[in-house]
Amino acid sequence: MADARTPEIRIQAVRNWSWKTFFFQWEWLLVVVLLLVVAVNTYLSPFFLALSTFIHTPATFLDKAFIVFPMMMVIILGKIDISVGSTVALSAVMMAVAYNAGLPMPAAIVLCLLVGVLAGAFNGVLIARFKELSFVIVTISTMMIYRGIAYIILGDQASGRFPGWFSLFGWGTVMGVPFMLVAFVVCAVIFGLLLHKTSFGRAIYGMGHNAIACRYSGVNTDRILMTVFTLNGLMAAVTAIFLTSRMGSTRPNVALGYELEVIAMVVLGGVSTNGGIGRIGGPILAVFIVGFLGYGMGLANLQAPIVLVVIGLLLIVSVLALRVRFTIRRKKPVV
Amino acid sequence: MAGRKVTFTENLRELGLFIFIIALGFAIQMRNPAFLRVSNIVSLLTNTSILGILAVGMMLVLLTRGIDLSIGSTIAFSGMVTALTVARYPGMPALLAVAQGAAIGVVIGMVIGVLVARFDVLPIIATLGMMNIVRGLTYVVSGGRWVSAYQMPDSFKALATGRTLGINNLIVVAIVVYLVATYFMNHTRTGRRIYAVGSNPDAAEVSGIPKRRLVFLVYTIMGGLAGLSGVLWVARFASAQGDTAVGYELQVIAACILGGVSILGGVGKISGLLLGTILFGILANALPLIDVSPFWQMGIQGVTVLVAVMTNAMVIRNTERSALRRRATM
Amino acid sequence: MSEAIANSDDTPGSILELRRITKIFPGVKALDDVHFDLRQGEIHGLMGENGAGKSTFIKIITGVHAPDTGEIVIDGRKVEFKSPIEAQRLGVAAIYQHVTCYPDLSVAENIFMGHEKVTGLTRRVDWKAMHGEAQKLLDRLDANFSSRERMGALSVARQQIVEIAKALSTNARIVIMDEPTAALTQHESNELYRITEQLCDAGVSVIFISHRLEDIRRLAQRVTVFRDGRHIGCWPVQEITQDKLVVAMVGREISTMFPKRRIDIGEEVLRVANLTRIGYFRDVSFTLRQGEILALTGLVGAGRTEVCETLYGIARWDSGSVLVEGREVTIEDPLHALRLGIGCLPEDRQRQGLVLPWEIGKNITLPSLRAFSRLYWMDEDRENQAAGELARKLNVKASSIFTRVLALSGGNQQKVVVAKILSRHLKIIILDEPTKGVDVGAKAAIYDIIGDLAEQGYGIILISSEMPEVLGLSDRIVVMKEGRVTAQLETANATQEQILKASMVVDATEAAAEVAAETTADGSGSGE
Repeated sequence: MADARTPEIRIQAVRNWSWKTFFFQWEWLLVVVLLLVVAVNTYLSPFFLALSTFIHTPATFLDKAFIVFPMMMVIILGKIDISVGSTVALSAVMMAVAYNAGLPMPAAIVLCLLVGVLAGAFNGVLIARFKELSFVIVTISTMMIYRGIAYIILGDQASGRFPGWFSLFGWGTVMGVPFMLVAFVVCAVIFGLLLHKTSFGRAIYGMGHNAIACRYSGVNTDRILMTVFTLNGLMAAVTAIFLTSRMGSTRPNVALGYELEVIAMVVLGGVSTNGGIGRIGGPILAVFIVGFLGYGMGLANLQAPIVLVVIGLLLIVSVLALRVRFTIRRKKPVV
Repeated sequence: MAGRKVTFTENLRELGLFIFIIALGFAIQMRNPAFLRVSNIVSLLTNTSILGILAVGMMLVLLTRGIDLSIGSTIAFSGMVTALTVARYPGMPALLAVAQGAAIGVVIGMVIGVLVARFDVLPIIATLGMMNIVRGLTYVVSGGRWVSAYQMPDSFKALATGRTLGINNLIVVAIVVYLVATYFMNHTRTGRRIYAVGSNPDAAEVSGIPKRRLVFLVYTIMGGLAGLSGVLWVARFASAQGDTAVGYELQVIAACILGGVSILGGVGKISGLLLGTILFGILANALPLIDVSPFWQMGIQGVTVLVAVMTNAMVIRNTERSALRRRATM
Repeated sequence: MSEAIANSDDTPGSILELRRITKIFPGVKALDDVHFDLRQGEIHGLMGENGAGKSTFIKIITGVHAPDTGEIVIDGRKVEFKSPIEAQRLGVAAIYQHVTCYPDLSVAENIFMGHEKVTGLTRRVDWKAMHGEAQKLLDRLDANFSSRERMGALSVARQQIVEIAKALSTNARIVIMDEPTAALTQHESNELYRITEQLCDAGVSVIFISHRLEDIRRLAQRVTVFRDGRHIGCWPVQEITQDKLVVAMVGREISTMFPKRRIDIGEEVLRVANLTRIGYFRDVSFTLRQGEILALTGLVGAGRTEVCETLYGIARWDSGSVLVEGREVTIEDPLHALRLGIGCLPEDRQRQGLVLPWEIGKNITLPSLRAFSRLYWMDEDRENQAAGELARKLNVKASSIFTRVLALSGGNQQKVVVAKILSRHLKIIILDEPTKGVDVGAKAAIYDIIGDLAEQGYGIILISSEMPEVLGLSDRIVVMKEGRVTAQLETANATQEQILKASMVVDATEAAAEVAAETTADGSGSGE
């Protein structure tokens, strides 16, 4: 459109790359924190700083980390799902009960995943179809319902006696690397690509900032909402498999408070609870920071309750720190 | 004139709830005639009073578009600290113990208030974090041990078992809290301004209402009530444990929602809240009477909440649709 | 424009005076050495493009912001506000653009929020006094609704009346109205004019901010113009021509706002027959052809936006049919509409049109993510190239397509929304108030773009409340009133009066019916 009235600066389609923006990223802070944690751990136990430690300790804390990826999507959407701990319990209990009722183990595992998917989809459908209900109230109710069903099925008992090979999920290795770590890396790659390289991921970020504008732009917002919550349920079931495999049995009160730890890791990873902001690298770093921190506190013979306190503090401090960062950024002149 | 019409539709919800409670009570009575005995009703009210006290605080929080997930932990912590204190100093007056518990709750509430009001941390995040921190601290102060009945002086336990004017103390406290809350919410400026903040936070800021101070106040009150409840809880069950009241916040929120408090802020009345709490109390107390295993309780509560909010949403949708039709035919 | 600066330092009736006010925000000089004065009982118009500093100016008078330098003088005394409450105490009240009410509370509480009536001894809220007082204020404004009504249940116009009552209740002597007529129908605007004049007769001074020249002409005695945070001039309204005002706001002449173009009108692309959505509109029929600009006009709330939202799949219609290029279609959601070749520039640019924190490029390609991805996998190079091309084509003023939309002016943001529509292959484009909240300079550019689009063969539905726009751009005009089409006119022989008549009252019987309907509506509002 030739507009001769005003002299024009031709708009550029090339991104300016600068060292400043490259280093002004939350992830670098996380790297520093991770190194600090490693340093303290090494101080506590000289054996910590060894390749085998880094390969083998993650299996002790990676079970819940699988939920971090879809939870990250949920939080980028500007929502929160606090029913995941209950979903883990429900799908684990279903798997154990089905197996002990005579279902072959592979089928029980499929059932476990299916239960997770259904639980997530139920959340998603409710949130997408009932816009006037807040996600908080939906996931609070399903948090009670899912764990409630687990209690109805199993009462106060434990269920287990799985076949021997099932423990390989949690304890097995692939060429010396724990299977869990391999699975985690695979999931990280898949979810990273989904978020950053696909139109699905683009739409998630867009909806986090402005869901209405996305709907007006022809994005199928309901479907994306449902897909993300379903993924959350699915990965909760994956967590259930690894957790059950490592523990050897399950009961309705497993994974109590997992939602908090997962949300804490995501937020520590630089994902804004206001939606729309956050990259995959942050939460991955956060998983290892929290994990090694817990491991280190074990080395220092600190009780489990202190770990609880530290995770809570971590959540709050990282939210505060993120806020400070965004205010600093905003102070830069516009344009 | 127009005012009457408005209040009628707005009271419809409470009327429905009331009818539902009557119907439910009737149904349970059919299954087990023991339900409507005076002794059972008194025990139902006694068991529900702590929930009721907490629901008042939670309503204030929800009115400002907030949520508080930390109260279960606050109950445990304040209960544990108070129990440890009375176990160490048996001569301590019971009322002092109550004051101590409430003060602990107030401090925790103030921390949350600062995070939410001053630093704009999302309430769900701030209180989720505090839930962990306070729960952890409970284990730390107790060293993982319980404080049992024999360690507590009788005067302390009498807080929950004693009577005032022939009524159980817990019920008395709950009644006092409700009366004060009714006055506070309907007849004081601060109370009305809490509604205003939840109804339109931006407008509140522009018209010079101290929004942040009110949000801070609301969490402080919630904390104080949770601290008070912690003491009552420990006195009632005569034991303080690390895992006291785990997940209790969900039940409190559920009671509020049944009572018509909107989680989106600005909407909720004490009268509705009272009905919601009673309904929830019936659900919690009557199930054993009709031979439902306690393991069903959590599931039933969850389903009730979900059904309640969905029914509410459907009713609103329908009223809107019929209003449109009316407009169209006009 | 310096000739106009000589104004009323010596006028004795000056109730409010701002001297040499400067306010700097990080990176922006929002107000630069501005001065302003308001006389007793005067209506003082304030105009300026978006970003001229009007909002900051209000916030300084109402005590929301403190100026960096300069002084505020009220009644000859220098004042410094530490909070909005202090400004309120001195009699300053503001009625904001987006009505700032508490939808869940009663009208009376809305009026008295922040300065509630309390009983003497116990300091409890005095409900009786509040409702009594509120009803008195409402009656004074001839409002026929109760103070017990829930605020959220009122129409925007009525809510605005409540806001005015609120200003009166604080005994405000200086009332600032920030684009109060933006969301009102003509009829409601007239009502507002009346109330505003009534206020002035009672000795209140009003600062009336508006984009509409008509408002200023009708109401104001003097008008002040801001541009880029600077005071450009202050004139008595009778002494300044419309053209001069525009020049003052824009800083240059706009020679050809509506260039005459000759466009060949082609095949029919859209036929809407008896479309009805219960409660919103009924029996709406029209056709649209290639290269044609069809203006859909009428008062705000006549159902124009609703018709277009239905065509764009935001809501469903209840009966009637829609034919796109002769084929009957159903439209489930916006994606469906886009696939059928219908695009829409929504009314609320910031809320519905743009992802504000995103870059220009990402915004442009949002509707066409599919086209730039293969099996969900994004091809970013191709995407950026296409976005760059569109941005250049529409002359978006920014350094690169990686500039955030947030940082653009209203006009440039609107261009980005247009670019979004153009990123897909469409036949029909709905433009809902494309120049709303856009400054005068950018308006011309957007008119240009609309002309170009028609030339390229798009069928365009233009929703607009601005008469010159409707008459200057369109080929045909469809007028709506209360959900029905009341007139279809050829622009070439349509007049402003015809359109206004069709959008307000069609004929005498209709007028009688209207009066009857209004009385029953009010009756049902307060009766049964």
